[in-house]
Amino acid sequence: MYETTYHRPNSIDEAVALFAKASEPRYLAGGHTLIPTMKQRLAAPTDVIDIARIPGLSGIEVSGEAVTIKAATTHYDVARSDAVRKAIPALCMLAGDIGDPQVRYRGTIGGSIANNDPSADYPAAVLALGATITTNKRGIAADDYFKGLFTTALEDGEIITAVVFPVPAKAGYAKFPNPASRFALTGVFVAKLKSGAVRVAATGASQSGVMRLPDIERALAASWSEATLDKMRISADGLIADVHGPAAYRANLIGVMARRAIAAAG
Amino acid sequence: MPTVQLTVNGRPVSMTVEDRTLLVELLRDHLGLTGTHVGCDTSQCGACVVHLDGQAVKSCTVLAAQASGSSVTTIEGLATGDELHPVQAAFRDNHGLQCGFCTPGMIMSALDIIRRHGGRLDEATVRHELEGNICRCTGYHNIVKSVLDAAGRMKLSAAAE
Ligand SMILES: Cc1cc2nc3c(=O)[nH]c(=O)nc-3n(C[C@H](O)[C@H](O)[C@H](O)COP(=O)(O)OP(=O)(O)OC[C@H]3O[C@@H](n4cnc5c(N)ncnc54)[C@H](O)[C@@H]3O)c2cc1C
Ligand code: FES
Ligand code: FES
Repeated sequence: MYETTYHRPNSIDEAVALFAKASEPRYLAGGHTLIPTMKQRLAAPTDVIDIARIPGLSGIEVSGEAVTIKAATTHYDVARSDAVRKAIPALCMLAGDIGDPQVRYRGTIGGSIANNDPSADYPAAVLALGATITTNKRGIAADDYFKGLFTTALEDGEIITAVVFPVPAKAGYAKFPNPASRFALTGVFVAKLKSGAVRVAATGASQSGVMRLPDIERALAASWSEATLDKMRISADGLIADVHGPAAYRANLIGVMARRAIAAAG
Repeated sequence: MPTVQLTVNGRPVSMTVEDRTLLVELLRDHLGLTGTHVGCDTSQCGACVVHLDGQAVKSCTVLAAQASGSSVTTIEGLATGDELHPVQAAFRDNHGLQCGFCTPGMIMSALDIIRRHGGRLDEATVRHELEGNICRCTGYHNIVKSVLDAAGRMKLSAAAE
């Protein structure tokens, strides 16, 4: 790891001011993406600004209409939240299946969404549920937020403060984990919103990161059942082909995971 | 350079280290607590697991400065004098180790699992929750046996108290 300067601000304003003054700063939350990247010297921030302990930046609020997860809330705290389990059980299940217990104690939803790894789990839930990403400046709709591999609508120095998920009528998530890393080889999140709209998103599959699956959405809107998808062919165009599996394999996984996600959603 | 203040195995520690110092480096190189191991250094193997404010974390993936203000327990902090902690005793009695390299991390993770699940621990849960700890020797069978045995011992000693 290259040299760096560590800061621990006490407020979002202080964090933003530190960011503005530094030459190549990065925010640090759970550190379970940033620190490994710094150790490999793939990232070399001059300043790391630790936002994990800022008062008010972690915690969960649940109302009848929405689940609000503050940015620095760990995967562990989401997975074990009874309030989230009642409102959106698929979200608890997703958080509880990220990495391993040690990763879940440290990793945060804000870090995961800011990083936008093409195989990360949370982006699928955020996109499928049509969540809103709240920052220190504005609210960003999920459809406008994800901009491809490791790229988002966040501006330089902008801090995610929370993710607001509308409570759906039904939702389910299924992932086929890479057995070594636990990241999604392909994961599919299905949601039927209270408005009746159906939204489906896949992670781990596309070369351009998390994506919606309009064909599956249309089919499920007509008939919400596993059987609806039995005869559907999923195109392998634009899907990831790598040492873990060719594009056609991932295309097939999309169908299988979508059916499992529907089964989980009930 | 930040001054890191933390409690390690119940003892207050105050130390000025480089900002980029990892928690595992602070423990091993600065405090001489070499029971915590570094296996992969890439957040995968769990040999470096310690408890940070009571939670099992990979100390190769935490900056020492991030831990400032917290309390850390390492494998050296478990035994009471010559008396092994029940999880350590269970690993010894069940042959839960061969070369022993993964063992400190396994034991720290095992204790975390037992605390979290209490009496509801079964084999499938132990295997699932040990996902972040890799062992190259044992084939895991006796590790899982050790954790289940330790959970039973800890329930008994809690009941006796
Ligand atoms: C062994 C291992 C297994 C894993 N398995 C999985 C898995 O199965 N599925 C999965 O989805 N993920 C997995 N992860 C990734 C893990 O979930 C990360 O913790 C997470 O993606 C990043 O969160 P963090 O809090 O650690 O972020 P950090 O590493 O602290 O930060 C990541 C990036 O986000 C930025 N950032 C952080 N918080 C904010 C914020 N509030 N506003 C703006 N920018 C911010 C940082 O500047 C940095 O660029 C795994 C990680 C490890 C080490
Ligand atoms: S050395 Fe920390 S996880 Fe392997
Ligand atoms: S006993 Fe040798 S690595 Fe586990």
